[in-house]
Amino acid sequence: MQKKLILDSDLLDITVNRLCQELIENHGDFTDTVIIGMQPRGIYLADLILEKLQKSTRKTIPLGYLDATFHRDDFRRREIPAKGNETRIPFVIEGKKVVLVDDVLFTGRSIRAALDAMIAFGRPAKVELLVLIDRKYNRDLPIAADYVGKVVNTLTSQRVLVELQAQGHKQNKIWLTNKD
Amino acid sequence: MSKLSQKHLLGIKDITKEDIELIFETADNFKDVINRPIKKVPSLRDITIANIFFENSTRTRLSFELAERRLSADVINFAASNSSVKKGETLLDTVNNILAMKVDMVVMRHASPGAPHFLSKHISANIVNAGDGTHEHPTQALLDAFSIREKLGGVAGKKIAIIGDILHSRVALSNIFALKKLGAKVMVCGPPTLLPKFINQLGVEVEFDVRKALLWCDVANVLRIQLERQQIKYFPSLREYSLYYGINKKLLDSLKKPIIIMHPGPINRGVELSSDVADSQHSIILEQVENGVAIRMAVLYLLAGATV
Repeated sequence: MQKKLILDSDLLDITVNRLCQELIENHGDFTDTVIIGMQPRGIYLADLILEKLQKSTRKTIPLGYLDATFHRDDFRRREIPAKGNETRIPFVIEGKKVVLVDDVLFTGRSIRAALDAMIAFGRPAKVELLVLIDRKYNRDLPIAADYVGKVVNTLTSQRVLVELQAQGHKQNKIWLTNKD
Repeated sequence: MSKLSQKHLLGIKDITKEDIELIFETADNFKDVINRPIKKVPSLRDITIANIFFENSTRTRLSFELAERRLSADVINFAASNSSVKKGETLLDTVNNILAMKVDMVVMRHASPGAPHFLSKHISANIVNAGDGTHEHPTQALLDAFSIREKLGGVAGKKIAIIGDILHSRVALSNIFALKKLGAKVMVCGPPTLLPKFINQLGVEVEFDVRKALLWCDVANVLRIQLERQQIKYFPSLREYSLYYGINKKLLDSLKKPIIIMHPGPINRGVELSSDVADSQHSIILEQVENGVAIRMAVLYLLAGATV
């Protein structure tokens, strides 16, 4: 199978704008809401969403990055130990509404680890999940996203490639490819 | 590549520069973890670690145990002083009996150089050397280099003087290997009787005058006089040693330059370091202790993750 384009630059822009509108609908002026991007790849989407939200609401919304590496359930079950990334949560999430942001929702295991890792920073009032791509039929755990950019039917042998300008790519593009 | 080249951490001599850098990057993450309100992560929750100490230790044993518990490992502690070793059991028998209780990793301190290397040839569990006699103390060297990197932004090209009882010090040897691998310039300084004869073959400079060594270096790593390992007299008296090699505030002030003072502990106050230096702005001794937990978490995490 060749690389197949799922979202091009224009469509991605429309999708992210729609996700922001949905967030504004549910969170109003974002008084008690914080946004947390998942390391390593969800942080770029979180940055993008924050920028758009702050522009349209004219509010400062707290943004954090969360790394769930040490909370993963596949330690000792993979070839090499997963490498950690920086966690930067410069606020207390106790009592806050957390919007967890990741690029792709696949098995749901990273999200489980993230929920676990988040507890170290307090007990949030509510946690919502926002993903750009939801890979249907691939879930290992009962986890679902509250905000979805696009649902894609994929095989386990396939991979979703997210290329964002913030990661150094020429254009924002999302691809579906085969592994290897 | 995020995997160590070795199954055990027996000494710095056996690992590569890339290994050391991987340990540092992982330790950065763990340092962040241990400064959170909840200092624990579940990574090693299905692993059991035995801390086997045939020699006394406070800092290293506590530091390893904290690192293990913060990674959620199950921990058993063993001190030779109140065990069947006293009844004549051999090292291999003792360890095999502990491993028969399904232990995955062994952290060992032993008075004999090479004891963990011997063990690594006979058992399958991961071994972390927590000090073998006068040979190596790899996690101490890693945390020392990590502390220098944190304080000065890097290790390569920096000048580090190791001052004191080099002959009996496993910290000195491991530090020399680690610092050289990371591209630092290393000098050893002490009385001629406490410097090994062929130490310059390790690519280090040798200096007998402590003032000159301090003038040369960015960082002074000061070591304790290990009286418990000295069967003969290497210098006339502790007072005389302190007079010629002790570092005090007056000496540091007279250098008129920034300098960092490190010490692996335990300090003999008034011998190698005076109290006004140990507690001064120059000293990063307590930062070293904090970094020790992060470094040991990184080593255990990387070794445990590579076993399957």
